[in-house]
Amino acid sequence: MTDEPAVDATGLRKSYGAVTVLEGVDVQVAEGSVFALLGPNGAGKTTTVRILSTLTPPDAGTARVAGFDVVRQRRRVRRAISLTGQHAAVDELQTGEENLRMMGRLHRLPRARARARAAELLERFDLAEARGRRVATYSGGMRRRLDLAAGLVGTPSVLFLDEPTTGLDPRSRRAMWDVVTGLADEGVTVLLTTQYLEEADRLADRIALLDAGRIVAEGTAAQLKSRIPGHRLDLTAADPGAYDDLRRALGARADHHDPARLALGVATGGSAAEIRALLDEIDPGRSAVRGFTVNETTLDDVFLALTGQAAPAARATSRESEATGV
Amino acid sequence: MSELAVWPVMAARTLRLTFRNLEALLITLLLPVMLMLLFVYLFGGAIETDAPEYVTYAVPGVLILCASYGASMTAVGVADDMSKGIIDRFRSMDIGGPALLSGHVTASALRNLGSITAVFAVAFLIGFRPSAGLPAWLGTVGVLLAFIVAISALSAAVGLLARSPEAASGFTFFVLFLPYPSSAFVPVDTMPDWLHGFARNQPATPVIETVRGLLLDQPVGTRPWTALAWCAGILAVSVALSGILFRRRTR
Repeated sequence: MTDEPAVDATGLRKSYGAVTVLEGVDVQVAEGSVFALLGPNGAGKTTTVRILSTLTPPDAGTARVAGFDVVRQRRRVRRAISLTGQHAAVDELQTGEENLRMMGRLHRLPRARARARAAELLERFDLAEARGRRVATYSGGMRRRLDLAAGLVGTPSVLFLDEPTTGLDPRSRRAMWDVVTGLADEGVTVLLTTQYLEEADRLADRIALLDAGRIVAEGTAAQLKSRIPGHRLDLTAADPGAYDDLRRALGARADHHDPARLALGVATGGSAAEIRALLDEIDPGRSAVRGFTVNETTLDDVFLALTGQAAPAARATSRESEATGV
Repeated sequence: MSELAVWPVMAARTLRLTFRNLEALLITLLLPVMLMLLFVYLFGGAIETDAPEYVTYAVPGVLILCASYGASMTAVGVADDMSKGIIDRFRSMDIGGPALLSGHVTASALRNLGSITAVFAVAFLIGFRPSAGLPAWLGTVGVLLAFIVAISALSAAVGLLARSPEAASGFTFFVLFLPYPSSAFVPVDTMPDWLHGFARNQPATPVIETVRGLLLDQPVGTRPWTALAWCAGILAVSVALSGILFRRRTR
């Protein structure tokens, strides 16, 4: 029983009409670990979570959660899990405390136990002071914390969090991260989806990159980063002529070109000897390269390398800057 | 069904949410009372009925108006829940359609018994003097309750069908007008011929005539049974429909 993964899905497929959302997704999450499903909007993250949390049946493939089949043993799966979706699932017209007590009652806790559990969770999620206020008056971060607390009333062993920090300010996001880390320390299995590489890197033991309904890579953050060389050398050419020379000298090795900024990027092991040799090779006259930086590979680079497109959060940022004319 | 074990909790939730939605609460309470005052004081002088006082004739109609409109609000509540994240949370907790909808219908029944009491109170203040004994009163409340439950269940099904709370509120508008082409406010004989068939046989009519007969201590014949049969039929169809619609919405 303990050897079995908390989440074990094979070949999940799902289409809505003519639109194929999942094209065979495999997910294994070890008991007590944190797993991040990372991908852009429309990659199929939410659909995967909905299938694993029994809300949507897959068209094909099988999934077991907490040891039970999500289709045939739906009821038993539901007793072991909790889902916190993208849209807050708390009643705005009830107070924070009323919401949590109601959840306790819905989990068949006796009245007194429901009250005690609500108090405990309000304290833990830093909502004790706002307990008597209607949720409509809560900030985005408070609402998200209450939502997560509501999902914990029934002490689930597997927790699904669909984009838990999307739309939160940096401080609330960090508070949310602390909460997830705390839950993981207690041995709860967490499967979360995110668009933020940093979030996956920070929280998850293992990460799967989901792109257009397929898992394109899976592993620890370190493993994913090691799939492409550990460092990248970013060069700036002295002038357009030098840029062309450098680009010719690098050939296919350059994985990043930006003529407007006279910038080129090359993957490298990162050692001083290697970089010195490379610079000598491409710039024997020591005049074409004006400057360079050596950077550690980020998950962004991995995402770019594996999907052929910039990482979702980075794309979102560039879209914003286009919109504001920056 | 273990799911129905949480039904009282769901009913309490819906009731609490309604009481905190002040505008909706005021409308369900004030609208029937205002309509009663409107009919009795503005139109009442011009309407000829068998009853000695028009208020006595009109109260059953106002009660049905109040009950059906109040019950139809269930559609908005259900549509609201279905459009929010909470339905996913409930379902992931193994609380599905039966618990959610029976909670809504129960809350609607309790809420509307309250607003009916308010209508009776105002009616008494403006001169309504029924001659019913205790059994007739119990019968009146029983028929009204059956009607409220049936319309609430139908509204719950409509709430599942509607894509948004706004669309669902369109249905409440339709229900609000349903009692007019009946004997609720004017005798059917005074309406154009082509309307007689509908006005005499629509579901609100036997309910209104039963309530009027019981309250005024007049013979009601088989009307209570016709009324209850309508209610049972609407309820059965609504429950079956809700089952299908809920499954379709949550696929």
